[in-house]
Amino acid sequence: MSAMEIVAPALVDVFVARYYHVTFMVLVAVGLYILIDSKNLVKKVIGLNIFQMSVFLFFITAAYQDGAGPALIEEGGGPYANPLPHVLILTAIVVGVSLTSLALALVVRVYEEYGTVHEDRVEEVMADE
Amino acid sequence: MSDFGFLLAVVILIPIAAATLPLIASLRYEKVGWHIAAVSLAVNLVLTAVAVRAFFVDGKLRHELGGIPVPHGIELVMDGLSVLVVLLVSVVALAVLVHTRTAGPRSNAFYSAYLLLTGGLLGVSLTGDLFNLYVFIEITGLAAYALIASKGDGKSAYSALKYMLIGTVGASLYLIGVGYAFIATGTLNMVDLSVQFQELGYGDTLVLTSFGFIIAGLAVKTALFPVHTWQPDAYSAAPYGVAGYVSALVSTVSAYVIGRVILTVYTTDFIAANPVITSALVYFGALSIVVGSVLAVTQADVKKMLAYSSVSQFGMIVAAFGIANSAAVFGGVIQLIGHAIMKGALFLGAGILAYKVGAKTVYDYEGISFELPYASAGFATLALALVGVPPAVGFIGKWYVGLGAVQGGYWIVAVVIFGSTLLTLAYVLRLVDRMYFGKPERGAAEAVADGGVSASTKRVTVGMVALVCVAAVVSVVLGPSAAWIESLLRLEEVMG
Repeated sequence: MSAMEIVAPALVDVFVARYYHVTFMVLVAVGLYILIDSKNLVKKVIGLNIFQMSVFLFFITAAYQDGAGPALIEEGGGPYANPLPHVLILTAIVVGVSLTSLALALVVRVYEEYGTVHEDRVEEVMADE
Repeated sequence: MSDFGFLLAVVILIPIAAATLPLIASLRYEKVGWHIAAVSLAVNLVLTAVAVRAFFVDGKLRHELGGIPVPHGIELVMDGLSVLVVLLVSVVALAVLVHTRTAGPRSNAFYSAYLLLTGGLLGVSLTGDLFNLYVFIEITGLAAYALIASKGDGKSAYSALKYMLIGTVGASLYLIGVGYAFIATGTLNMVDLSVQFQELGYGDTLVLTSFGFIIAGLAVKTALFPVHTWQPDAYSAAPYGVAGYVSALVSTVSAYVIGRVILTVYTTDFIAANPVITSALVYFGALSIVVGSVLAVTQADVKKMLAYSSVSQFGMIVAAFGIANSAAVFGGVIQLIGHAIMKGALFLGAGILAYKVGAKTVYDYEGISFELPYASAGFATLALALVGVPPAVGFIGKWYVGLGAVQGGYWIVAVVIFGSTLLTLAYVLRLVDRMYFGKPERGAAEAVADGGVSASTKRVTVGMVALVCVAAVVSVVLGPSAAWIESLLRLEEVMG
């Protein structure tokens, strides 16, 4: 058997059965790429947001179970989805919102001071000071 | 088991609740933030002292939040690893107020963030739940970003933004790691996780992945090389009072969390079962020691020099937790505490020198001791303690970590520690030599004044100088009392 014959079915399995995990990884990469590559401070914040959202997606999909309902326990009910990840992510979303608002407040102050949100130009002005 | 467990919840609650008061008070009064912070942190210190005393008398304190039993509920724990960190946070939070009283910032909003940061740090030190830890890490982060930006100029806002972008990525990586740990075990309680990990086996892919993400995230927060880049800019852009507070506590608590995760969640058995991961962690720490020291030697700006020195010190602490034998862990804990006291006070001391004569770079320190004898004496003592001149605490920390490294078979780490001591001596001696043997160049202050920088306009009180001198005395006295402290901590209970 060639290497391709072993790897290909495994890859198919990853993309078909675990597409949510692939989506999570792709979003992590997209978010981090924007965060690192973009010179625009606002876009950096957006990249950070995409990255955080991917983590939320990761938790929520981990709790998904085929055919499971919400955990309203009753006689003969079930299976139930684990509600804990949802609660955790609810908290993490609140944290994310406060971080985003603080980040944007800081961007506004940088813009007021230097008249630009471009990373290189801000650093140019700072070097001249 | 002691009845004082509920105090653990109270000491976290007081600063966080009090953080709302300065903002509410802003509706009618200005500049009451300091008083609110002073009163609430003084009360908090008393309660912390009671809890610490209870730990020394009766052993480990526990509290289940809301009365929900673990592993379903969240528990707060004070044991040998966290007790000194909690005490440190409470003492430093109150002590730095002496500095900010005169040197500022004075706004009410500043003290709201200050109290929030204190509450977050205490939460991180006390919690026994991985997700709760994430929330407290983010509270700490949010407040720290706001404090770094509290100078109000563009440079501090830009540095704070950079800090926050990198810091949030670190916290999110940590959260991904928690996710994998949760998927593997279905629990978030630290002690319960350690049991489940053992049942799963330490070679399990999910367990290994979660360890990798958690440590990577925390390394960012601790500012290890190569993810340290946010730290020098953040410290140098912040006001001196904030730099002192943040450098003393924020990275310290993150490094403590690395120790907590390794010792309580993954346990020393995991470390022993995965030699590749362990040595990677230890050698990354060692690399951080070298690079931090080298970068510190090349800095002219005193604040940046102190910041790079932290990169080196935290490399040593993380390496100590990676080695994870009893000598190294105790060395790591004592170095955590010692570094926090020394580095925090050095920043505050550098602040005094900057307010008085405008000294900001190494070259401005020429003959400064003739003008400011007391502040200089405190600063020089702390700097030499940082090098590790016996009997100061810096020496004891390095000694135990070095001893642990040799016992654990990491000879290179021991060599790196003693080699980096020479580099530390190099950058510290540059300062101390100029302070005491340099020619006092009169006119330096005038030159600054001509340049339009209002450096020497800030008043320096006796209390501010006394604070630096007291910290210097503490850093020297802590060294000889290390053996006594070790007997109090009962770290062997933590290490299982």
